[in-house]
Amino acid sequence: MNRDIAKSRQRRRIAAGVLTMTAFLAVFVTPFIFILFQAVKDRRAANRLEFSWPESWHFWENLVAVIEARNYIVLLAFFNSTIITVASVTLLVIFAAMVGYVLSRRRTRFNGIVMALVLAGLMIPPAVVPTIWVLQGLGLFKTIHGFVLIQVAYGLSFSILLFRAFIATIPRELDEAAIIDGAKPLQVFFKVVLPLLKPVVVTNIVVQSVTIFNDFVNALYYMPGRENVTVQLTLFNFQSQFSSQYNLLFMNILLITIPPLLVFIFFNRQIVAGMTAGAIKG
Amino acid sequence: MQQKRKRRSPYPTWFFLPAAIIYGTLFLVPNIASLWFSLTRWDLFTAEFIGLANFRQFFSEPFLVKSILNTIIYAVVTSGLKTVLGLLLAVLLVSPIIWRGALRTIVFFPVMVSTIGVGIAFTALMHPTRGAINVALENAFGIIGPGWLTDPSLALLSVAFVDIWKGVGLATVIYMAGVVSIPQDYYEASRIDGATKVQQFWRITLPLVWPATITVVTLSLISGLRYFELIWAMTGGGPGFASDVVASMIYKQYQAGFYGLATAGNVVLFILIALIVLPMTWWFNRREVEA
Repeated sequence: MNRDIAKSRQRRRIAAGVLTMTAFLAVFVTPFIFILFQAVKDRRAANRLEFSWPESWHFWENLVAVIEARNYIVLLAFFNSTIITVASVTLLVIFAAMVGYVLSRRRTRFNGIVMALVLAGLMIPPAVVPTIWVLQGLGLFKTIHGFVLIQVAYGLSFSILLFRAFIATIPRELDEAAIIDGAKPLQVFFKVVLPLLKPVVVTNIVVQSVTIFNDFVNALYYMPGRENVTVQLTLFNFQSQFSSQYNLLFMNILLITIPPLLVFIFFNRQIVAGMTAGAIKG
Repeated sequence: MQQKRKRRSPYPTWFFLPAAIIYGTLFLVPNIASLWFSLTRWDLFTAEFIGLANFRQFFSEPFLVKSILNTIIYAVVTSGLKTVLGLLLAVLLVSPIIWRGALRTIVFFPVMVSTIGVGIAFTALMHPTRGAINVALENAFGIIGPGWLTDPSLALLSVAFVDIWKGVGLATVIYMAGVVSIPQDYYEASRIDGATKVQQFWRITLPLVWPATITVVTLSLISGLRYFELIWAMTGGGPGFASDVVASMIYKQYQAGFYGLATAGNVVLFILIALIVLPMTWWFNRREVEA
């Protein structure tokens, strides 16, 4: 009789799983299948917006058409977005780690102010027009390096919180040993501490690169003009240009979704760790 | 044998400097400057002081007032549903269900995807006549679906729905960490006392995930008040001004060259966030201490 109960419980578990999976696929995956189907259809079929199996597959044709559109602007956009993402994330990781390190190791009179500013950075919306004014004053408006610095300024708060929480868990003895051996502060930081921060560095890289790669609003404000387009801006502009070529529009969405998808496949665990870090402290 | 000189700390405060310079120049200075520029008529070169006229305009133009209401509606709806659904999904996804890993991956993936891409895809799905949603409604139930994004009374909520679809994964993941950290003993003890699953949820899970709730509500509320990417991708604030929020209004005023008014909008948005989030955080923390 016990076996019967176990068996029926097992059957119930499987039924619940199948039911949940079906619901999840229907709710969360269908839109992606729609994007995929739209991207490979021919122009006429795609413009019907039907959610249907493509009658004919035009993957290469559409891909080439999107890449060649407006004089290879998609390639330029991918190039710009890659540079922006790599540069901003590099600076973010180093600068935020430095702040988090001193913040958790030493009680300075700045600590209170620094923490208040970090929290302010999470809460206060950036004042966009005055920021443009500052950027213009510095000659950095509409430039890639200006935009990189913007991304760093906006991302610092989150990264500092991640680093501070993690560094607190690393024993002080490690850096103190190096200090006694006569290492300079920079040496201690780069040679001893930073290598120990690998897990949180990976989390930072993953989370921030996805955020910055997907950022649209800041690009809209700070990077107007053709030569500085980012992938998200190109996609947004294609929305009006390709209003009668849905296949190309969706092929562009597909292209833009691939980098985060790769990151997601390789770093799933770190992303989840990063998103939840510090969350539980409240 | 007195100390010759105060030894320099091995944790120098100049480590704050690089971050402080960037943050100070590109975040603090503009935000402080916005307090002045919001009181001016401004074209980026000359600013003429006009007192509170920008703010008066912000609170008297019907479409600007509406954008403030819309911001609150949008933030409350998205934040509320993300919190409730996130908690339910988290409870489901930490239970011993089959394919758990795959299910977690599926819920979280939309968080990673381009907002503009998602917005365009759903705009197509929500097309009033050809969109898959309305076609499915008609084929399955014979209902003529509404114009999700073209009906002024629905547009904002439709966008909010997509926002929830895209963002619920983040709430779920945060809640999952919270639920996992609840000691199993509580559940075992309550089971021996004969508690049902529903009772366990209300009496154990819900009170003990409180810190996660604070995080989810605060994060989703702040982002709901601040962001307009999805609105911009799907409706552009339309039809008319039906789905405009303060953030999209700021952009529109900026585009139109009303820099002073746009900056005043920024100040309004900041005050709005502070008025909602600060008392809430205070209340949350007090409840946590009591609990």
